[in-house]
Amino acid sequence: MAGLELLSDQGYRVDGRRAGELRKIQARMGVFAQADGSAYIEQGNTKALAVVYGPHEIRGSRARALPDRALVNCQYSSATFSTGERKRRPHGDRKSCEMGLQLRQTFEAAILTKLHPRSQIDIYVQVLQADGGTYAACVNAATLAVLDAGIPMRDFVCACSAGFVDGTALADLSHVEEAAGGPQLALALLPAAGQIALLEMDARLHEDHLERVLEAAAQAARDVHTLLDHVVRQHVREASILLGD
Amino acid sequence: MLKSKTFLKKTRAGGVMKIVREHYLRDDIGCGAPGCAACGGAHEGPALEPQPQDPASSLCPRPHYLLPDTNVLLHQIVSAWRPGTWASVASSLRLPGSLETYVEQEQGENANDRNDRAIRVAAKWYNEHLKNVSAENQLQVIFITNDRKNKEKAVEEGIPAFTCEEYVKSLTANPELIDRLACLSDEGNEIESGKVIFTEHLPLSKLQQGIKSGTYLQGTFRASRENYLEATVWIHGDSEENKEIIIQGLKHLNRAIHEDIVAVELFPKSQWVAPSSVVLHDEGLNEDDVEKEEEKEQMLKTAVSEKMLKPTGRVVGIIKRNWRPYCGMLSKSGIKESRRHLFTPADKRIPRIRIETRQASTLEGRRIIVAIDGWPRNSRYPNGHFVKNLGDVGEKETETEVLLLEHDVPHQPFSQAVLSFLPKMPWSITERDMKNREDLRHLCVCSVDPPGCTDIDDALHCRELENGNLEVGVHIADVSHFIRPGNALDQESARRGTTVYLCEKRIDMVPELLSSNLCSLRSNVDRLAFSCIWEMNHNAEILNTRFTKSVINSKASLTYAEAQMRIDSAAMNDDITTSLRGLNKLAKILKKRRIEKGALTLSSPEVRFHMDSETHDPIDLQTKELRETNSMVEEFMLLANISVAKKIHEEFSEHALLRKHPAPPPSNYEILVKAAKSKNLEIKTDTAKSLADSLDRAESPTFPYLNTLLRILATRCMMQAVYFCSGMDNDFHHYGLASPIYTHFTSPIRRYADIIVHRLLAVAIGADCTYPELTDKHKLADICKNLNFRHKMAQYAQRASVAFHTQLFFKSKGIVSEEAYILFVRKNAIVVLIPKYGLEGTVFFEEKDKPKPRLVYDDEIPSLKVEDTVFHIFDKVKVKIMLDSSNLQHQKIRMSLVEPQIPGISISTDNSNMDPKEPERKKMKLKK
Repeated sequence: MAGLELLSDQGYRVDGRRAGELRKIQARMGVFAQADGSAYIEQGNTKALAVVYGPHEIRGSRARALPDRALVNCQYSSATFSTGERKRRPHGDRKSCEMGLQLRQTFEAAILTKLHPRSQIDIYVQVLQADGGTYAACVNAATLAVLDAGIPMRDFVCACSAGFVDGTALADLSHVEEAAGGPQLALALLPAAGQIALLEMDARLHEDHLERVLEAAAQAARDVHTLLDHVVRQHVREASILLGD
Repeated sequence: MLKSKTFLKKTRAGGVMKIVREHYLRDDIGCGAPGCAACGGAHEGPALEPQPQDPASSLCPRPHYLLPDTNVLLHQIVSAWRPGTWASVASSLRLPGSLETYVEQEQGENANDRNDRAIRVAAKWYNEHLKNVSAENQLQVIFITNDRKNKEKAVEEGIPAFTCEEYVKSLTANPELIDRLACLSDEGNEIESGKVIFTEHLPLSKLQQGIKSGTYLQGTFRASRENYLEATVWIHGDSEENKEIIIQGLKHLNRAIHEDIVAVELFPKSQWVAPSSVVLHDEGLNEDDVEKEEEKEQMLKTAVSEKMLKPTGRVVGIIKRNWRPYCGMLSKSGIKESRRHLFTPADKRIPRIRIETRQASTLEGRRIIVAIDGWPRNSRYPNGHFVKNLGDVGEKETETEVLLLEHDVPHQPFSQAVLSFLPKMPWSITERDMKNREDLRHLCVCSVDPPGCTDIDDALHCRELENGNLEVGVHIADVSHFIRPGNALDQESARRGTTVYLCEKRIDMVPELLSSNLCSLRSNVDRLAFSCIWEMNHNAEILNTRFTKSVINSKASLTYAEAQMRIDSAAMNDDITTSLRGLNKLAKILKKRRIEKGALTLSSPEVRFHMDSETHDPIDLQTKELRETNSMVEEFMLLANISVAKKIHEEFSEHALLRKHPAPPPSNYEILVKAAKSKNLEIKTDTAKSLADSLDRAESPTFPYLNTLLRILATRCMMQAVYFCSGMDNDFHHYGLASPIYTHFTSPIRRYADIIVHRLLAVAIGADCTYPELTDKHKLADICKNLNFRHKMAQYAQRASVAFHTQLFFKSKGIVSEEAYILFVRKNAIVVLIPKYGLEGTVFFEEKDKPKPRLVYDDEIPSLKVEDTVFHIFDKVKVKIMLDSSNLQHQKIRMSLVEPQIPGISISTDNSNMDPKEPERKKMKLKK
């Protein structure tokens, strides 16, 4: 590993945070009028935009329609200017396909798909700036967008990443921390029930430490939930004032 | 508050990358002063002293904290040894991350200036902050910097600031502190002769260029112990030729100091020289006799045959200094009132150091520590400053301290953090400990050790099974159960690497509670163990091997002598004795088989001191005695080590910690073969087996000690055995033991390698869980490197301790004459061994005040002709031994020739034989 000290002796991380602290989160719902639902989120320097269309009739081949539930279609893309090096990222490359698939799994678990049989829900997520934890930012943005579209869900889906450095679990990794190459875990949580919608792990981590890292990620996800909940309530309040209730 | 930092970086491919990083400024970092209401309990970690107890300073009479800037901290860290002087070091370093003291780099400001400004801001913040905290105490923070501009700016901003020198001089209570300041100011050198002695060192950038292009070579500088004008540089890298480069002469050495990483320039072949075999010590008192030096240098260049020439070069620059504080003594300057003195380090490879002190008279005759500050081009010696006074020379405590420091043996008491990981007393085996553990308390286990041994790490048992086979068990203390990976206790033991046994003292690797109690397999108590159990037939062939963690209850702790007595006496037939007899029988078969395979039996003169129980002075010397039981225990330990090595290598082919002993290159044996030839014996060295056989055959009926001498010489030809990680090497062979694979498993109390091996084995049998570092071969290789270093140092320290006690012994004994054998022949001296004391020494034929005798040295045989007498290896001589105290620093045993008599050189035998006091002394001893 490089000479970079990810966790100082005093317990501070490279960017001044403590081990369990999140980066600053700012979010907005209803950023686009055309879409059924939309949201924008900033987690530190990671910025993501999510747009939701649906539920609507199946587009394209009818054969894809599911008789008992809605089809969740997720597409992930990242802007050419999202990373330090400008790079064209064509649609349908391996990484975005995988990310799309993961988002789909996550939201199939959260959205009450049974309520809309034979229809389709589209979730489009774009990362505008990537600074670590893109999956988490995408999930959090998409949750807000789905809520904005008024699609019934079991619960919020809140996601957060966590890593493990020098025997300490770090929540919400930044790009520098991710690039250092330690184990990294991404968790999407349904906070009310404490159910896990998705769990992914890169690199090897000893079984003994898993629980601690998992708990750090879960705690961070619950913190994210508190913040998102606040954002949603604020949005609803503003909207209802506009409606004149 | 959030700050964002944007900067551009060039990528390796040549592109430009823009990096955006955020930085969170915290508002919860406390000032660290206890009782500060504003910060509350926000501060963690080391705190400031509530009331700074600084020595009164005439510059700032109020109580104050000091805040040194980075340069002061780096250069004066040695003076910071005095606790309490630099109180706020820790907190000053962390402050720049805090909200109030964050400083952004301004346009046109470089990083250093920004840091200086940040420290000033911190100092200012501290002063204002502390004002609020304790109005009545009037605490002040004083900024210490050696940078003039920085100081001016600080004063402008209203911060009390001083230079380091100003402040230390103002300390009325501690005048001696000024000596400890590193002298960085150049003013001190102007008195030296303006003559430039050395060529300038090239700057680093040029060196790197040169190394890349191959004009210079990079290597580690190793000064010669015997000749201060000669050194070798061990070139880094894998190239086969030019591995060692000889540097000769003061100018070519060019201010490099032992262990520095240097760049050297290779001379053309015509200028190559051979390593001189002259022993030369820097004794000139007059500092700047450069011409004299040249004369001495001429002495080195003697005519030698073509093939003896070795690559030669000169030091052109220093890549990295590896200075450390050195132990030694002050050679007081002849001029009265002078404050400049020369310091002579105890390590002869280090040049003398010029220091400035006002307390020369108090420091005379004391062992002191000195740090080097620099070596200007016009100075014969490096400049340094006094650091610490260790105590009177010759005192046992001082000398022990010196030899521990000089061999870099960590010997401080264990820290609180380390001790906190010890099990709580009273300790007992719990249900949880029994998990994955076999109960072997019913077995008749016993331990056999040297007398007085308190750290018993092995025990044995042997019993007959129902099928007629024998079950043999080796039980090793389960230290890895108590030392968990990664905690402070583990890190400390890893750092120490080994227990160091000095003559009257043991420097433990693990705290005493473990080494002498919980891990020591004492008799009649339940102890946790790691057992290696074999099923063998009566022919000592292994049918089955298994390993298990266990609980044992040793039935007896015996000494080698006691065990031997039990085996020999026919009257005793209890369980322990039958078990011992079984073990002994098997061990003999095992040993025979091992020797047949080509294992070497080497010899080294080992001595033990009999200590006076009250004064701890050595009373008598005794060479170690070997009994059958010694080799019995050894045999089973070897077997256990080999079995474990096989098992862990099977399980972890990439990261098993093993031990290898490389076969020495044939050139190492030259001296042995030549020596044997001179006695008409032939030593074959092509394989270990043939060496062992020819050593066995090499006996002379008229000279019974010859065989031992040959074995001692053979030992000197050997390479060091080393630890290594199996994934980093592919030669596992252990030459000395003639085993294809070997490791250390049997002494976890005193060797860290064994703890790692225990952990590996525990994982292999599923008794314990693994951890990331254990399966990281680079980390393991680092551990091995440290262990090899510590083992070597421990060995040297042990030898130094023996040498010191030998001196004490001869001090009390006076002058003695003894028979000795010549081990080596040098150009101007012979090295002799005195079998009675296991003592080795050098007899010089050149003395300072006497006319030089005619010396003819023949390298081929090798022999030395002094006047008309010829000395060969293994010749029997008689020497007189006495303690030479003329040099206080290196009191040494001095030997001079008695027989054969050479007029003008040897000393007459009369009156030297026995000190008249001797019989009296002996009587007194008896009375005690």
